[in-house]
Amino acid sequence: MTATMTIAVLSGGISHEREISLRTGRRVADALSDRGHSVVMLDPDADLFARLDSISPDVVWPALHGSSGEDGALLGLLTAHGLLYVGPAPSSARLAWSKPVAKTLVERAGVATATSLTVTREAFRELGAANVLRLIVDQLGDHVVVKPAQGGSAQGVTIVSDPERLPRAMVDAFTYHDVAIVEMFIGGTEVSATVVDIGEGPRVLPLVEIVPLDGTYSFEARYTAGETNFFVPARMTDVASASAVNAALAAHAVLGLGDLSRIDLIVDEHGVAHFLEANTLPGLTETSSAPLAIEAAGLALAEVYESLARRAAVRPS
Amino acid sequence: MHSANPNVGAIQLDPWFGHYAERASGLSASEVRALFAVASRPEVVSLAGGMPYVRALPEGLVSDALARVMRESGPAALQYGSGQGVPALREQILDVMALEGISASADDVVVTTGSQQALDLVTKLFIDPGDVILAEAPSYVGAIGVFRSYQAHVVHLETDADGLVPDALADGIQKLRAEGRTIKFLYTIPNFHNPAGVTLSAERRPEIVRICAEAGVLIMEDNPYGLLHFDEPVPSALRSLSPDGVIYLGSFSKTLAPGFRVGWALAPHAIREKLVLVAEAAILCPSSFSQLVISDYLSQADWKAQINEFRGVYRERRDAMLESLAEHLPELTWNVPNGGFYIWVGLPDDLDSKAMLPRAVTELVAYTPGTAFFADGGGRQNIRLSFCYPTPESIRLGVRRLATVISGERELLETFAGTGRLTPTQVTDSVTAPPPDLS
Repeated sequence: MTATMTIAVLSGGISHEREISLRTGRRVADALSDRGHSVVMLDPDADLFARLDSISPDVVWPALHGSSGEDGALLGLLTAHGLLYVGPAPSSARLAWSKPVAKTLVERAGVATATSLTVTREAFRELGAANVLRLIVDQLGDHVVVKPAQGGSAQGVTIVSDPERLPRAMVDAFTYHDVAIVEMFIGGTEVSATVVDIGEGPRVLPLVEIVPLDGTYSFEARYTAGETNFFVPARMTDVASASAVNAALAAHAVLGLGDLSRIDLIVDEHGVAHFLEANTLPGLTETSSAPLAIEAAGLALAEVYESLARRAAVRPS
Repeated sequence: MHSANPNVGAIQLDPWFGHYAERASGLSASEVRALFAVASRPEVVSLAGGMPYVRALPEGLVSDALARVMRESGPAALQYGSGQGVPALREQILDVMALEGISASADDVVVTTGSQQALDLVTKLFIDPGDVILAEAPSYVGAIGVFRSYQAHVVHLETDADGLVPDALADGIQKLRAEGRTIKFLYTIPNFHNPAGVTLSAERRPEIVRICAEAGVLIMEDNPYGLLHFDEPVPSALRSLSPDGVIYLGSFSKTLAPGFRVGWALAPHAIREKLVLVAEAAILCPSSFSQLVISDYLSQADWKAQINEFRGVYRERRDAMLESLAEHLPELTWNVPNGGFYIWVGLPDDLDSKAMLPRAVTELVAYTPGTAFFADGGGRQNIRLSFCYPTPESIRLGVRRLATVISGERELLETFAGTGRLTPTQVTDSVTAPPPDLS
């Protein structure tokens, strides 16, 4: 393989997270270009595979947040087309993309996770919304977090502390996806664990503690520089850190993730890390936590991205 | 475990956080605005943006003007010019305004970088933090953004099918004065209102002018669409009724092309003198190149015929949208604009245009939620639909998709009917409209 790679960065797509994807893609492309590689940015459309054939990249970097790139479908098609890419196996992406499935697998691996219920629009319609809502409150209490079962960037996510607001929270989640997950709220320290494998096995980088200024890690807090404070390493006891690191490694392993992932956790007052979700395509924007973790580990972003690309380019297909 | 100062040791991604002026507060990433990113994809029918259909301009028209300007006035086109604008263009602007009953002196015209800049400069001249600006309900999103940036307090006034309601204006002024508030001006879009699509009736115009004159309230008349009537021309401009009481804003963005970024303000002479000074401070001078090309175009081309061409294009698209709305969404309400770019749609009380937007993205259609056009959180039961840019076929497809969005949302809300409060939590975003380059 030549030292200089031809890399196709896929970003944009048609999803609710298109803008975030474009920003991640631009940052990755710039970093790889700075390392001297020939980088082409592509916005997937009907001509994608024809263009990939003409470019003949050594490796593809899918930077497509949202269903466009994170549900495994595109990854499967890239594989079928004989293309190598940075990211997990399509089956692993599918597992991680579904929050309920990911939670189940991670819990079976011994990681704590909030008690939850997965509900569908159909269930509310067929069984009566009032009945289902009552069951949710009976099971999980008044303080819950409602999320679309698939999706990122906090879109469609509502923290509910007043049961009167639960119906609206369900509507907002179902606006994004027909399946929602309702989790018991766990108070604690919000932490992201970036897991990277650049040849020596999965390694958890310094934990990033996330403290939004207004208390909620909303879309605005995530993508407006200055509206969230980060502490790297996270301010916690060694016991709590170990719990978080172990939880992240276990989640990364049981979901079959490789290359790069971000495991989101809540560490409670007892120092126990609770799994929230796994991201197989973590945001790499100017305000994302994964780049902070990489740099806190003493690594250069561009070198890490290059290493990931090189490993993917020689991966057995 | 944590420091007494919670921020000690924090990584702050914006090292200048805390340094910004108070007027910059609220300038945050917007989830709603981010959703508009998909509007640039060809698969998505965007009924959201207000991009004129510039393809209706014969290509040779502009390229010929460009070539002539470079051949005959190249050095001047490439050089700094007057802060007030090219004199010849200011004279020609008088001919444009004459079509709407305005008689003025070229000395009182200030050319700006789009009428958006004129709007900004006038606001800069007059507004102190906390001052009141009166505006129609709804009002132009770009104006609300400017007003917010100068920390004005926008008070919306009732509007109906004939435009701003005079009694609402009079009552609003009286109430605010009784509260000791300082009203600096009325901002109005009298013709083919953005977003409401309505036109201030001929009967109401002198009444509006009289009320403001008696109350000592200046009027800022913003008129980018006045020449884009489909049937009857619009009534004479407010400026024609009150030369000393009205600052008139005009633009070539819709009658020629927005890419030139040329607009203007026609102001009473004392205001005009100050406007020139603030304009020079902002940009030194408007684009000499753009001005000379437009000046050449106005002198060489049959620009009135071109405006008529535009009218035909937009009329056809309006009709396509109206027909589609009647066919696919008969339960909604909407106005029938006789010009301009927009239809203002009313939703049933149970629907929320902002909350519905993610579903619209999934269905590959984009619209602008009504909340973008209110400074006070209103507009949730409204949608602005733009018919200016998509083809009639795309418009029909877009409205069909919108019908799917609305039926899906209603079905979802019906599922939860009677279970609790379904009204979305009020969050006033600072930015809820697509950026200007997304159609």
